[in-house]
Amino acid sequence: MYASLEELCCEAEEKNCALWELVLRDDMQQRGVSRRESFEATKKLYLTMKKADEDYEKELLSHSGLVGGDGEKIAKARREGWLYCGDFIGHVMETAVKMGESNACMKKIVAAPTAGSCGVMPAVLLNLQREKGFTDDRMTEAMFVAAGIGGVIANRAFLAGASGGCQAEIGSASAMAAGAAAYLAGGDARKIATAAALALKSLLGLACDPVAGLVEVPCVKRNVIGSVNALTAADMAMAGISSRIPPDEVIDAMKSIGICMPTCLKETGTGGLAATPTGERIREEMD
Amino acid sequence: MNMLDIIGPAMVGPSSSHTAGAVRIGRIAKKLMAEKITEAKILLHGSFLATGKGHGTDRALVAGLLGMDVDDDRIRVSFEVAKQEGLSFSFGSIMLPDAHPNSVKLYLTGESGKKLEVVASSVGGGRILVNEIDGLTANFSGDYPTLIVHNQDQPGHVAEVTSMLSHKSVNIATMQLYRDGRGGKAVMVVECDQEVPEEGIRWLEHAEGVLKVTYLSLA
Repeated sequence: MYASLEELCCEAEEKNCALWELVLRDDMQQRGVSRRESFEATKKLYLTMKKADEDYEKELLSHSGLVGGDGEKIAKARREGWLYCGDFIGHVMETAVKMGESNACMKKIVAAPTAGSCGVMPAVLLNLQREKGFTDDRMTEAMFVAAGIGGVIANRAFLAGASGGCQAEIGSASAMAAGAAAYLAGGDARKIATAAALALKSLLGLACDPVAGLVEVPCVKRNVIGSVNALTAADMAMAGISSRIPPDEVIDAMKSIGICMPTCLKETGTGGLAATPTGERIREEMD
Repeated sequence: MNMLDIIGPAMVGPSSSHTAGAVRIGRIAKKLMAEKITEAKILLHGSFLATGKGHGTDRALVAGLLGMDVDDDRIRVSFEVAKQEGLSFSFGSIMLPDAHPNSVKLYLTGESGKKLEVVASSVGGGRILVNEIDGLTANFSGDYPTLIVHNQDQPGHVAEVTSMLSHKSVNIATMQLYRDGRGGKAVMVVECDQEVPEEGIRWLEHAEGVLKVTYLSLA
């Protein structure tokens, strides 16, 4: 996996090669697999996301009872047509919440990059495909783009809430989805890296403070902001807006913030929302 | 970590450490047992104990002991599957000194009466470490075919194992040695790049001074 987005961009420019293609070649080499095997494995993950979205069950509640059925509420509001955010973003919100709920209810999801942030990539990708009619192969290319960005974040910083807070999970997922969305809009490697940077910048400092330590509150609904933020970042990048701080430095900033973050805000369920009177009461009721 | 870990894996939620990692611990324990498990006493430590229920850690561990993988749709109903397949299990708590917060101790019995004790931890992102086998230290991830040899602490056993592997053209990725005291019980943990052939394992089992051979096959 690449250690820097700058390196990926430079290589793409020098070799006049798409960013996703570089990520695919790197995967072939790292895992010792053929081009076809690498592509098919990635496509399978995309198709699993689609299946997971179709398999949502609106009646399910999580073990704690805190999570379930909200995706259906957004779907209903969207169908009624009164959402401020309109039909497209309504769909994005719906997919994000549904996937987060399916995860909390022990259904199969794709951890991209983590289980807690599993709603972001499908909310962006599935809805762009539905809206714009991209083929599954094109969507698979976008998955490689996201993987390339996630790989750089994993190399330079972290992807786990326990290591760097929620910015490392929802923030990284948002950066990955933003890059993928910029690619689907026709963006080159620079635009992709910019979209990722703009997305991550907006979520820097986000704490991981799950109530009762469960991947439920606030995780499920944070998938919504991760998804919508990815789309606005991609739009900004495609409109020609640049990130004044270079993408790799944004990732490094995420790391330094994560290191500074106290342990109570890193997936221990002891700070932030988890430590509110209501958060504490929910934990006590579960014991 | 590779690219498919970044945009994957496909798994049953809600947590890569508390659910997927727990399935992998059970699954690897099942593979180490190398036969059907009929009885399992499962002792939870730390965060596995504190938040395990809400994360389905209990159902995930049982699913793994039944041989399910992290994306198996039956994980949610693994207790019912265990009933059908004749695995009886019980849960308890334990305080393991110096252990990772997400740890578990398993006491397993197989259909032939074979016993196995495993302590393992889920260390993040679905990755795990097996810390102890039958009371002796063993640190391995389960990512490689792994040979665990318990023997008397006396000269020659490492040479026996490595020459057998060399004879079978198996390359050693990592190797660790531990003992409880000079001349006491020792353990060798060998992670390999290839699978160790069954006759090699049989041969080791009959070598003098070898107390037990446990093998994790990824095949």
